[in-house]
Amino acid sequence: MGFLWFWIVAVMIAMYVVLDGFDLGVGILYPFLARTEAERQTLIHSIGPVWDGNEVWLLAGGGTLFFAFPLAYASSFSGFYLPLMIVLWLLILRGLSIELRMHLESTTWRSLFDGLFFLSSALLAVFFGAALANVIRGVPLGPDNYFFLPLWTNWRVGVSPGILDWYTVIGGVVALVALAMHGALYLVMKAPGELELRARRFARSIWILVLLVTIVSLLGTIAVRHAALDNYRAHPILFLIPALVIASLAGVQLFSKKPLAAFLSSCFYLVFMLVGAATGLYPTILASTTDAANDITIAKALSGPHTLHVGLVWWTIGMVLAVIYFCTTYFMFRGKVPDDASYGH
Amino acid sequence: MNALLLDRIHFAFTVTYHYLFPQLTMGLAFLIVILKFIAIRKNDERYNQAARFWAKIFAVNFLLGVVTGIPMEFQFGTNWSEFSRRTGGVIGQPLAMEGVFSFFLESTFLGLFLYGEKRLSRWAHFGAASMVWLGSWISGFFIIVTNAWMQHPVAYNLLPNGTYQIASFWGLLMNPWAWLMYAHNMCATVVTAAFVMAAVGAFYVLEKRNIEYGRIFLKLGVVAGIISCILQIFPTGDLHGKYMAKHQPAAVAGMEALYHTQRNAPMILMGQPNEQTQTIDNPLVVNNVLSFLIYGTTSAEVKGLDQFPRDQWPSALPLLYYSYHIMAGLGTWFMLLMGVAALLLWRGRLYTARWILWPILLSFPLPYIATTAGWMTAEIGRQPWLVYGLMRTDQGFSTHVSAGNSLFTLLGFLGMYSVLSILWIVIVYRAIEIGPSDVHPPAETLTA
Repeated sequence: MGFLWFWIVAVMIAMYVVLDGFDLGVGILYPFLARTEAERQTLIHSIGPVWDGNEVWLLAGGGTLFFAFPLAYASSFSGFYLPLMIVLWLLILRGLSIELRMHLESTTWRSLFDGLFFLSSALLAVFFGAALANVIRGVPLGPDNYFFLPLWTNWRVGVSPGILDWYTVIGGVVALVALAMHGALYLVMKAPGELELRARRFARSIWILVLLVTIVSLLGTIAVRHAALDNYRAHPILFLIPALVIASLAGVQLFSKKPLAAFLSSCFYLVFMLVGAATGLYPTILASTTDAANDITIAKALSGPHTLHVGLVWWTIGMVLAVIYFCTTYFMFRGKVPDDASYGH
Repeated sequence: MNALLLDRIHFAFTVTYHYLFPQLTMGLAFLIVILKFIAIRKNDERYNQAARFWAKIFAVNFLLGVVTGIPMEFQFGTNWSEFSRRTGGVIGQPLAMEGVFSFFLESTFLGLFLYGEKRLSRWAHFGAASMVWLGSWISGFFIIVTNAWMQHPVAYNLLPNGTYQIASFWGLLMNPWAWLMYAHNMCATVVTAAFVMAAVGAFYVLEKRNIEYGRIFLKLGVVAGIISCILQIFPTGDLHGKYMAKHQPAAVAGMEALYHTQRNAPMILMGQPNEQTQTIDNPLVVNNVLSFLIYGTTSAEVKGLDQFPRDQWPSALPLLYYSYHIMAGLGTWFMLLMGVAALLLWRGRLYTARWILWPILLSFPLPYIATTAGWMTAEIGRQPWLVYGLMRTDQGFSTHVSAGNSLFTLLGFLGMYSVLSILWIVIVYRAIEIGPSDVHPPAETLTA
């Protein structure tokens, strides 16, 4: 049961990263790709009908973590207090800037919302990447299973690190460039004309950077947390996962003539990165930098059997419905954003 | 200020602010469905146009509900980690179900409803509106189930490690407290939406602008208003109050500032609780009414606070007393106002009676106040318990998050929400200024 719920939560987080990832990516590229008001509107339209639903995966995933592993939820959310609050503020600003841009038809205010949209998207990507890196590196969990991390200490990993140190900053950079590429590949499918060409060019040039920081982050992970390799050494077949990361990244380049295949390769790249990280952690959810006895493991955090059995029933039903909704939405809004797209009022 | 107090203010402020938006969203979703239904049945395009006008306000309101709602789900963990650790096995369930069953539904159909009108048939578009309504009301249900478990914990097991787990899934969902609270709360959302709609209608009629639409808004607002105001008091408020008296007698004693147990207990219309003398200053009372309201007979004995150990008294007693009295007082005013307005509507004189249109216009903020006061009654009445009878509030907060950090983020939210308020007012005011006749049907394209 613990194994199952560990991977359910991991899959929901992966869904969030893949889906909201391209929304964030479009936000990161926004000031660089769009040059006219019409182009800015096209970019907003490419994610307009879907971003809100994509963000629900974060909430649904968080809620699932809450009831399946209450201790892990309680400990990580209170320990990562400051970065989470900053993430909340960024999510608020981002949602506002997308939506209110449509309601205020003034170029001055629109440029403000444009700036906020870019800034909040880019910072969210960095924070999410750094957050994941924090989980991989471990945190100074005490014997009571709690911790509190300041935003930064001396920028070194070690017994009492900050949220930001050299390793988690690399994590943030990986997320930033990988989601920028992911967003560009999405736009190659959705954007018309000149925008598509620009997105294509951008994806091609950032690809090498993604490859580079991915390799740096993999090496960094091994240096920072030796235990991450334990599962891999025990089951060498798992080394396929990092190989698949590189292979799917190569796919992005190979399929540059096929937008859908390139975008899906990018999706797989993100998924395999996360699967690789989760494999390195299992069966720990949150590792302690102070003493391995303080690790929050699946066994320590798991909810009672009846709670989980009931949860499995409604979760399955709910996911079937969610997949139907998502297929409907993406089918209804399929294809390129039309040139004459205008706001709904 | 200590960390516990700051964490309480943190949650109270963010949840109170958040709920200003969903209460209108949930009520308005229902009224929009009615407008769409009338449009089809009467084949009257004006009602469609009215629905489009309200959809625009709905969209902004919905967005603010979403962005202020995300912090709520995070805060269980950030500021109330010990509470989350111990009760996650129970309340994590309805909270996760809200995401899975409501948010996915809402986000999908809201897109179709707002931007798919030209692509969908009339009935399909009506269906999309109905799904948005359904999604928002499901969301409300799961939140109420969560809160009801804190008010009246049922269907749980306590494990040796101090955590609570579900003993019966249906027991949790069928908690009687949840259904009474849900009925009372959902009526309140319709009251809010009806007052807002009627106020905009009154504004247009008084301004002699968009009079046609003003009358539609007034009519629907007043009809929905009087029905929901009646249901709000009887049976939902009445039943909820009686159930509360049975299971949280200390809270009810606090609501009425009834320090001493007595027969023929009076209802206090006005007066200030005096904690030193344990009496009411300047009381204005109606004898017997409290006994009657709770037990159906005037001679019944009502338990006063003297029946409970001091450490189980609601900790903010005067605030609890005022919250309850503000809620009940405003509820009475709503009944009166909507009753007279409904009478005038029936006699065909509402649209020209300026003396009633003005109070309708000015009353639109009051349901927000009444709803907030109602929730404060529930939440302050529950104190000193976080989970009634099981876990005290001072056992639930995040001890590892310092007071300084809580204050930092509280100030951050204060600033952020000030900006949101200004934006909301500007945008809604502009939409009302532009008016329903200038809302264009959505563009051909299916894009948001």
